[in-house]
Amino acid sequence: MIATTSTPIQADTSHLSQERKHELIRLVRQDCGSCHGMKLTGGLGPALTPQALKDKPAAALISTILQGRPGTPMPPWNNFISESEAGWIVDSLQTGFPDAR
Amino acid sequence: MRASLLAPLLALSMLAGCATPALRGTGDLGVVIERATGSVQILDTTHRSSLAKVEGLGDLSHASISYARDERYAYVFGRDGGLTKVDILRQRIERRIIQGGNSIGGAISPDGTLVAVANYEPGGVKVFDANDLSLVADIPAVGANGKRSKVVGLVDAPGHRFVFSLYDAGEIWVADMHDPKQPVLHKFVDIGEEPYDGMITSDGRYYAAGLFGEDGVALLDLWNLDAGVKRALVEFGRHGEKLPVYKMPHLEGWAATGNQVVLPAVGQHEVIIADQNTWKEIARIPVAGQAVFAVARPDGRQVWINFAFPDNDTVQVLDLPSRSIVKTLKPGKGVLHLEFSPRGEQVWLSVRDENRIEIYDPDSFARIGTLPAESPSGIFFTSRAHRIGL
Repeated sequence: MIATTSTPIQADTSHLSQERKHELIRLVRQDCGSCHGMKLTGGLGPALTPQALKDKPAAALISTILQGRPGTPMPPWNNFISESEAGWIVDSLQTGFPDAR
Repeated sequence: MRASLLAPLLALSMLAGCATPALRGTGDLGVVIERATGSVQILDTTHRSSLAKVEGLGDLSHASISYARDERYAYVFGRDGGLTKVDILRQRIERRIIQGGNSIGGAISPDGTLVAVANYEPGGVKVFDANDLSLVADIPAVGANGKRSKVVGLVDAPGHRFVFSLYDAGEIWVADMHDPKQPVLHKFVDIGEEPYDGMITSDGRYYAAGLFGEDGVALLDLWNLDAGVKRALVEFGRHGEKLPVYKMPHLEGWAATGNQVVLPAVGQHEVIIADQNTWKEIARIPVAGQAVFAVARPDGRQVWINFAFPDNDTVQVLDLPSRSIVKTLKPGKGVLHLEFSPRGEQVWLSVRDENRIEIYDPDSFARIGTLPAESPSGIFFTSRAHRIGL
């Protein structure tokens, strides 16, 4: 019943326009970056590099983005980011996040 | 014969002429951080112009600057642990070291001989010789809980001291630097949860650390360390409805106007006006978003405020005598920082997403200049060299 090999959750991002992806890249680099570092190597918040996230389940990371982490400064972003967009962000973070330009 | 002898002499004197630029002071200059490209521009507030771009400063996604007391050198503290000494007259990097893994800011000692850097990773403060950036002292921030802590809110203070807060441990430390190689540490524990930044009043008397994990600020009277750290302005916290915080407020910009302090309320669309002597709330002013910087005009009459995402296209002006918002500006997307010229006849705003610096007249609110800059963030004028805590 329990899968022995973990398959990364593939977010359905087919509907995400190139323009929206650019907005999300900017948001992650600039606004998430104010705590996690623009190069995502960490700051007040932890690093979001592929190395740092490699053992973290995608579903938990998506939930962290959307709901925040109570008791920490991490706020919920669900007013600005949809679930599938959060999935695309997590997938991108785990594989190496694109540059802003 | 004579001509052939003269020609090289002439060339020499012309070369010398080129190498010696016109004499000038630096009191009307400043530096803006270009966060995405690891560069800075040297700014001139008299001509409202950019004099030069200096590149190669590493990761400046979060960066701040302290100035040498001669206002010639800018010490740039970068996110990647880089400490860069920029010669703003020669418009070049004088010296650069990587002193830590991840840093948040720094300070310069009152006599200008020591530069201290606050590090997240490895958590602590490192102190360097301001001249050659050689290491003088290393202060690992190991809290009473035995764990290494990120350091925030590092400032200089009268009495040859540095003061800073331990984010993870909830402590404030005062380092007496009279013997630079052997700092004497005075540690205050249990000051509150998650101090996220600190500031010192312009007279150098009070150090206040904003608390994220609890309500209020942790307040230390540097004239009377024996009195210990007290909690003030608990109403400044997020009690009641806690809105998510999309960007930590910066406390360095807390506007201390002599007898009043203007504080961004954490997670709320309000700023608080407090009495600087009693640290009691005087008034609470609704604003357009979560305030990040609240910066007083040098005359202390008005305070300019910028905001966190998603309201970071807006700047508001709070008039202190009437305690009302007298102007709302929309300079563009991503207003990250603002800085007044020394006597306050201009205010410069960095507008990150528009790749511009905007210059306003604080009296008429008219835009009086604009300069191109790549993802500009912090703007720092050299007049900071002579202000305690900057």
